[in-house]
Amino acid sequence: MVKLAEWRGKALFRKYGIPVPAGQVVRSPEEAEQLTGSGSVPLPCVVKAQVLSGGRGKGGAVRFASSAKEAREATAAILGLDFKGEKVREVLLEGKVAIARELYLSIALDRSLRLPVLIASAQGGVEIESVADGAIDHQGIDPFPGLTGYERRRVARTFGLTGALAQELDSLLRALWALYEGEDAELVEINPLAIVGDHLVALDSKVIIEDDAVFRHPEYAEIQDDRTPLEEIAREKEIAFVQLDGNIGVIANGAGLTMATLDVLMELGGKPGVFLDLGGTDDPKKVTEAFLLMAEAHPRAVFLNIFGGVTRCDTVATGLVAAMRQVPESNRFPLVARIRGNNEKEGIEILRAAGVTSIADLRASAEAVVAAAGGRP
Amino acid sequence: MSVLVDEKTRVVVQGITGHQGMVHTHQMKEFGTQVVAGVTPGKAGTVIEGVPVFDAVRDAVEKTGANASCIFVPAPFAMDALLEAVDAGIRLCVIVTEHIPFHDMLVMYRYARAAGARIVGPNCPGIASPSKAKVGIIPNVVFRPGRVGVISRSGTLTYEIVNGIKEHGLGQSTCIGLGGDPVVGTSFVDALPLFEADPDTDLMVLVGEIGGTAEEDAAEYIHAHFTKPVVAYIAGRSAPPDKRMGHAGAIIARGRGTAETKQAALERAGARVARFPYEVPQMVAEIAAARARR
Repeated sequence: MVKLAEWRGKALFRKYGIPVPAGQVVRSPEEAEQLTGSGSVPLPCVVKAQVLSGGRGKGGAVRFASSAKEAREATAAILGLDFKGEKVREVLLEGKVAIARELYLSIALDRSLRLPVLIASAQGGVEIESVADGAIDHQGIDPFPGLTGYERRRVARTFGLTGALAQELDSLLRALWALYEGEDAELVEINPLAIVGDHLVALDSKVIIEDDAVFRHPEYAEIQDDRTPLEEIAREKEIAFVQLDGNIGVIANGAGLTMATLDVLMELGGKPGVFLDLGGTDDPKKVTEAFLLMAEAHPRAVFLNIFGGVTRCDTVATGLVAAMRQVPESNRFPLVARIRGNNEKEGIEILRAAGVTSIADLRASAEAVVAAAGGRP
Repeated sequence: MSVLVDEKTRVVVQGITGHQGMVHTHQMKEFGTQVVAGVTPGKAGTVIEGVPVFDAVRDAVEKTGANASCIFVPAPFAMDALLEAVDAGIRLCVIVTEHIPFHDMLVMYRYARAAGARIVGPNCPGIASPSKAKVGIIPNVVFRPGRVGVISRSGTLTYEIVNGIKEHGLGQSTCIGLGGDPVVGTSFVDALPLFEADPDTDLMVLVGEIGGTAEEDAAEYIHAHFTKPVVAYIAGRSAPPDKRMGHAGAIIARGRGTAETKQAALERAGARVARFPYEVPQMVAEIAAARARR
């Protein structure tokens, strides 16, 4: 999931022909002063922190400026803010506009329908979750014809737009659909879509690009996501790795088994800290890398729970034993193993030779690791 | 009888010359599956695991009478492989490949459906009817022929649970791994009617996970139409909101699709909901024993 900052989303809007206010992204107060002073960004202007979390307005991450000096001060005040755990490194300056009405528009995926849905509401500017169901219109869009004329006209009716504004909306919707498909977006949201004078303007942008489609869009591979540094390393090594608050490390294979393992540990009073999904690897090197990554997270104890299918138990055991030898004395931790499935006997034997016992029963092995981590927290 | 695959299934493996394709062709044959052809463009004339390789699916269908496809083709080319199979007249396509963009899958699903073809997957372990045929990658050792139907969104967790059923002395009619992606070709609701109609299935196991509303939809269907006993397990009870848990499907967004809503919906529909994976085989064994006493 590649979440784009507002300014990146708006750059895409501009590319596809969705109108946005005149603006520029800056990374220093001096830049802000210079761009507003030279008229590149019109005054008065809005100064917005470029963070991925919502609620910026209430959280003090949006300010206004009516002079170049104020733009510099507002930028200085916002840059470096810690906003819901995100450090503000970029600020968007945009000419302030007079809003007549605020609307809501997005395209998202409906998994049950197995279609993209175009979502529209005449009540924009607030979180869509807070709008009553009756005031939100959903239309499933078939990718074969794409967004059709009658579907676009229905949005105009939802918004109560006619004449030139309805015409503008029609082009905007075509552009929005082209962006959703062209950029392999998971979500494109404009909230608010404002009526300013006689025109439509996208005042905010929320664009999420699908991870699996990044091979078609290498430009997104470089964009920072909201990952911790260890999660970032794991991503590069193609290991699913998630950091939570607890102290038990979990290495499993497959999302379902990983989650079920966490559920069992929690139920028994344990606190999973890091979990790591090996997926369908049959490469011992990847297992070694995963284990070393786990050691970096300093767990109190580690639970290895593998059901071998594509992944073979002996492969996992070989990689694990290689990794255990590389972990420095100071970083060592108790290890409880449970390996079942393909080549189970060979795997158990490799572990036994290295001094690790595999417990076949899920509950018994989970209890052992909870005890090793110091019992109920 | 069984569901979707049986002794009449003739499999063409698309991407047979890749590592996964070769390994699992071997495994499928060991299981007893009729793997009749492989396809890799440019590799016609090769033989892999005793299976003739063709350049195109149409050639494979004409020469071998293949009627089901198992797709291992890498994600960027998977859509093309699926469209080719559908156009060649294949009506069951199991897609093992992971990381297929959902935008591609939206098109693939609509295209297959319009042609009357079924997709299982993508990113799925496939389908197995023990003693008959397997199309996919589920380890052979976990199965035993029997009367329990299994539908699951997970891979390894399914192996775990199916293996548990075997260890309780019971077996499976058919096991379908639906895959964990946001858009899947076959959902719980699509698969349940097949098992309802199958005289060799006595009871069902549903293995779900957090994210989406597929389990809630299944609960509605079970309540209205499904007459056989159901045991369900939902993984991800302890998952933190908005953290991606490996599967693209396994993310809770805005309080929807939580383990609690799914468990409650299934319980209301009359299913027995296990709190732990190892309780599933126990519950299955209890239901089977009660049926045997009748």
